[in-house]
Amino acid sequence: MSGPSMRTPLERVRGLGSAHTGTGDFWRQRLTAVAMTLLIVPVIVVVIMLIGRNHAGAAQILGSIPIAIILLLFIVASTWHMKIGMQVVIEDYIHNEKLKIASVMANNFFCIAVALASIYAILKLSSGV
Amino acid sequence: MAEFALPKNSKISGGKTWPKPAGATETREFRVYRWNPDDGKNPSVDTYYVDTHDCGPMVLDGLIWIKNHIDPTLTFRRSCREGVCGSCAMNIDGQNTLACTKSMHDVGAGGAVKVNPLPHQPVVKDLVPDLTNFYAQYASIEPWLKTTTPTPQKEWRQSHEDREKLDGLYECILCACCSTSCPSYWWNSERFLGPAALLQATRWVTDSRDEATGERLDNLEDPFRLYRCHTIMNCAKACPKGLNPSEAIAELKFKLVERQI
Repeated sequence: MSGPSMRTPLERVRGLGSAHTGTGDFWRQRLTAVAMTLLIVPVIVVVIMLIGRNHAGAAQILGSIPIAIILLLFIVASTWHMKIGMQVVIEDYIHNEKLKIASVMANNFFCIAVALASIYAILKLSSGV
Repeated sequence: MAEFALPKNSKISGGKTWPKPAGATETREFRVYRWNPDDGKNPSVDTYYVDTHDCGPMVLDGLIWIKNHIDPTLTFRRSCREGVCGSCAMNIDGQNTLACTKSMHDVGAGGAVKVNPLPHQPVVKDLVPDLTNFYAQYASIEPWLKTTTPTPQKEWRQSHEDREKLDGLYECILCACCSTSCPSYWWNSERFLGPAALLQATRWVTDSRDEATGERLDNLEDPFRLYRCHTIMNCAKACPKGLNPSEAIAELKFKLVERQI
C-alpha cells in the first residue's frame, strides 16, 4: 500500500480476485518431498557405490535398470521440488512485478536445464555410450 | 523487494526519561514507544516509572497509571480490560499480546517493560496501529452465514458434533496479534489475508449451516491469499486466546486438496 489512494480498503484487498490456483503446487511440493524421503537412502547407497569408480565402473553400475530409474526419479522429484521452493521464495520477497516475472521465468529455465542435463547424463552412462 | 529496515522517518531516536514518582517505595520501569504525527519528529522510546503499590498488576494497568499520573498524552486503545475486546493488542517485551491480560510480573524478568505498537502496521499515534487493511481483509472473507435454502421458520439447525467443530475458531476476538506477528504477513500484507482472516475463513468453511463452502474455498484458493502461509506458527504462539490459526489454515489447505483428489 504505497502512497495515498482513493480506492476503498476492500477494493485493495480484493484486488484482481482469486487466482483459483496454488493447490496444485502445494500438493506437488508435498508429493515430491515424500518421494525424496523414500528415495534418499537408495540414492545415497548408489552415490557411495560410485565413489572412486572410473567412467567404465560408473557406467557399469548405472547400467542396472533399477539403479538408473531410482536416480531418474530422484532427479525429477528434487528439481521439481527445487523449482516450487524457489518460486515461493521469489513470490515472498520480490515485489516488483516485472522483476518477479523475470525471476520466476529464470527459475523455471534453470530447474528444467538442471533436470534435463542430469537426466541426459544418467541415460548416457546407463546406456553405455 | 520486501523491506527489511525501517524507513528513515520511522527510525527510533532517543526518548525522554520521566522522573520517578515522588514517595513511591517500589517502581517498575516502562519503556514505551512514542510517535506523534503532528510534531514531525521520528519515533522515540520514553522511560516511565510506575508506582506498583498504586497500580493494578497488568501491563495495561501500568499504561493507564502512566496516562493518569505522569503523561496524559500517551495514546493507546483499551476497553474491556479482560481479554474480550482485543483493543489493547500491542507488542510487549517482543511478543504480541493483550496488555490487559499480560501481568507485568511475567515480563522481562523484573527489568523494564518494553511496550511497542503491533509490528509492521502504519502507526496512527504512539501505541495505536492503523488496522484498516486488517479489517478489510476480514470483511473480504464475508464473515456471515450464506444460504440459498429459504430461511426456516425457526433456527438453522446444527448437530452437537458439527457445533463442536467450530470450537477453537469462533473464539477469535480479532485483536490482530497473530497477523502482525507473521513474517509472511509482514512481507505481503496487501495480498496475503493473514492468520486472523484465514482462521475466520475456516470458521465459515467449517460451519455445517453455511451453503457457500465451495464458493468460499474458490475465493481463498490463491498463491497469495492463502498459500503465503508457510506454517511458521508465530500466530499460534502470539494468540492471547490460545487459538491455533496455523492449524486452521492447514485445514483449509487440506480441504482444497481433498476436493481435487
